Amino acid sequence: MSKVTRSGKFAAATAVALALAAVGSAWAATPSTNADASNGSKAQASAGASASTVVSLPRHPRPGYFGYGAKATAKEIAGWDIDIRPDGKGLPPGHGTVQQGGNLYQKHCASCHGTFGEGEGRYPKLAGGQGTLTDQRPEKTVGSYWPYATTLWSYVHKAMPFYAPESLTNDQTYAIVAYVLNLSNIVPNSFVANAKTIPAVKMPNRDGFYRPDPRPDTHNTMCMHHCRTHVKVTSSAQGKNLTPRTTGKLDESLAH
Amino acid sequence: MGRRGDNPDGEFLSDLHDAAEELPSAERRSFLRKGLASAGSVLLGGAAAGLTGPAEAAQGGSDAKYLPPNVPPWTRRLGAQVVSRPYGKPSKYESGVIRRNVPWLTVDRETSVSFTPLQDLHGTITPNGLVFERYHAGRPTIDPSKHRLMIHGLVKRPLLLTMDELMRFPSVSVIHFLECPANGGMEWRGAQLNSVQFTHGMVSCCEWTGVRLSTLLDEVGLKTDAAWLLAEGADGAAMARSIPLHKGLDDCIVVYGQNGEALRPEQGFPVRLIVPGWEGNVNVKWLRRIKVGDKPWFTREETSKYTDLMPSGLAREFTWVMGTKSVITSPCPEKPLKNGKGLYEISGLAWTGRGKIKRVDVSLDGGVNWRTAQLQEPVRDKALTRFRIEWRWDGGPALLQSRAVDDSGDVQPTLQQLRAVRGTSSIYHNTSIQTWQVKPDGSVYDVQLGYKG
Repeated sequence: MSKVTRSGKFAAATAVALALAAVGSAWAATPSTNADASNGSKAQASAGASASTVVSLPRHPRPGYFGYGAKATAKEIAGWDIDIRPDGKGLPPGHGTVQQGGNLYQKHCASCHGTFGEGEGRYPKLAGGQGTLTDQRPEKTVGSYWPYATTLWSYVHKAMPFYAPESLTNDQTYAIVAYVLNLSNIVPNSFVANAKTIPAVKMPNRDGFYRPDPRPDTHNTMCMHHCRTHVKVTSSAQGKNLTPRTTGKLDESLAH
Repeated sequence: MGRRGDNPDGEFLSDLHDAAEELPSAERRSFLRKGLASAGSVLLGGAAAGLTGPAEAAQGGSDAKYLPPNVPPWTRRLGAQVVSRPYGKPSKYESGVIRRNVPWLTVDRETSVSFTPLQDLHGTITPNGLVFERYHAGRPTIDPSKHRLMIHGLVKRPLLLTMDELMRFPSVSVIHFLECPANGGMEWRGAQLNSVQFTHGMVSCCEWTGVRLSTLLDEVGLKTDAAWLLAEGADGAAMARSIPLHKGLDDCIVVYGQNGEALRPEQGFPVRLIVPGWEGNVNVKWLRRIKVGDKPWFTREETSKYTDLMPSGLAREFTWVMGTKSVITSPCPEKPLKNGKGLYEISGLAWTGRGKIKRVDVSLDGGVNWRTAQLQEPVRDKALTRFRIEWRWDGGPALLQSRAVDDSGDVQPTLQQLRAVRGTSSIYHNTSIQTWQVKPDGSVYDVQLGYKG
């Protein structure tokens, strides 16, 4: 108990810990100011207790309090630390040209994504679609939609080719990324992809995203009577033959 | 009909074989021998008594022998043994209650979805075998003894945990819904799918057991500029999402238990993240790595996917919270009104990622007039809530709707209201009020409405 009490003065950013405080626990509880992402460990004290708490656990903010598990070594981390950020953090050494990428692309990518990134069948298009984002049927491709070339590098490296993910070398990944960017004319034929040039690529839709999330963005009311007039059916699924059977065995009949 | 006179039908033999299939081969042979011997003696008895045949059929069809005043055959013989099904499964009469997919929706089944049969579920908990699936590179088969959870980045003690070590930490159990933000995504432009399973079945609700993420983050010790987390899966997609630290410290859980047993492979065995109230894909399955950083990563699944394209051509990013939503699950296209006019119970599910459902109203006339439904208590935070209301159907046409309100005051929108703000190309977060058209023959269809007001 002494350990717990000692740690308690730093304790409990979670609102749920308040339940303990409310029943007179020795564990001091402080809710987080959940507005600021960086503030979780600097929560302010509050006497307020939440009535809607369900599960409570004390926080033990002293690192290593439990002592379970092993220290992750630098070598272990290096093998799994594959995330890449838009500023280039995480990109490994290596390089690849558009031409090298073209050859690799034909071998590893074209069967699904098409020779020119047009997409085979219903597999994703990689190129084209620029200027279509306000259309009735927008085409969201690497060229028209993706905001960061680093995301492309990360995804190709960790998840492609679809049938053999995380099998490309760093150089191969740089080359394929160079080729895919070139398919959308984002980089010239002479482009050499590396850890410096990829984060510097300005993608066409780089400024096409915004936050924070503005929802709730609809403002329906709790009207109870005579809420609307002229109600009519404008669309029905009846007769469209798009719905697989929902009884018996799995229905395989409505493939694309 | 005499007690010895029943003719055991083919069903008994079929049951016998079903039960035998689940036994080791030696026991199976013995079991079948005994079972057939007993069936044979009853058969002979029945024939000798001369009480089966056309006379029985004349009494009211083939079901009559099961119904009072007769005593059904299953009451008059031994049933299957314990552990004839060492891991239980639903009755064979429920074999059609399964996850289903829409073959035309995705190009393959490795990066695809399946839907929960909401029309056949009772209460609010989704059975483990029926929780909807969403894979980005197929479902990996992971040996838990060879799985590790790595926590590193802006931490004082980077950690590598085995499953046994993870399970030593203090645990919690919570009930939360899980919904894919693309649930309803096929209905933005018009009514397409005549089925509640396909219009709303990418939502499920389970009791999850695991370790609070805050416990693990305390254990590794956050550095001062820590502000974001990356959660990454061990699947072929290495599916990864950025999560603000405040959410991670608030209520996220690293879970290994689902409805009382180990997490199912479909839901991330041996371990996944649960991010209560947030879109399904953030609840990373097959969790292998949590990295602490100071900025988001902008992974593929938070840029090219799971961003919401608006009519302006700009897209919203990091739209994590699942909005206020509800749907009537009975009646629905799969559950028509089979008994003519009369009294029915309308029943459905409501949920919100912001907190608790406060109220659900039901309309029978396409939203002109509403009545407030009863909510099944307890109403849980970020969990499916069952609502019910009585309806005396006069046999005429009806347009059924449900409208949920959450405890933040958010009222579930109509599709018109959603389209007015978001157009029809945003794919995700279609929380619109669903309309079921009831026809005089009792059949039910997925429709969309126009109206004034």
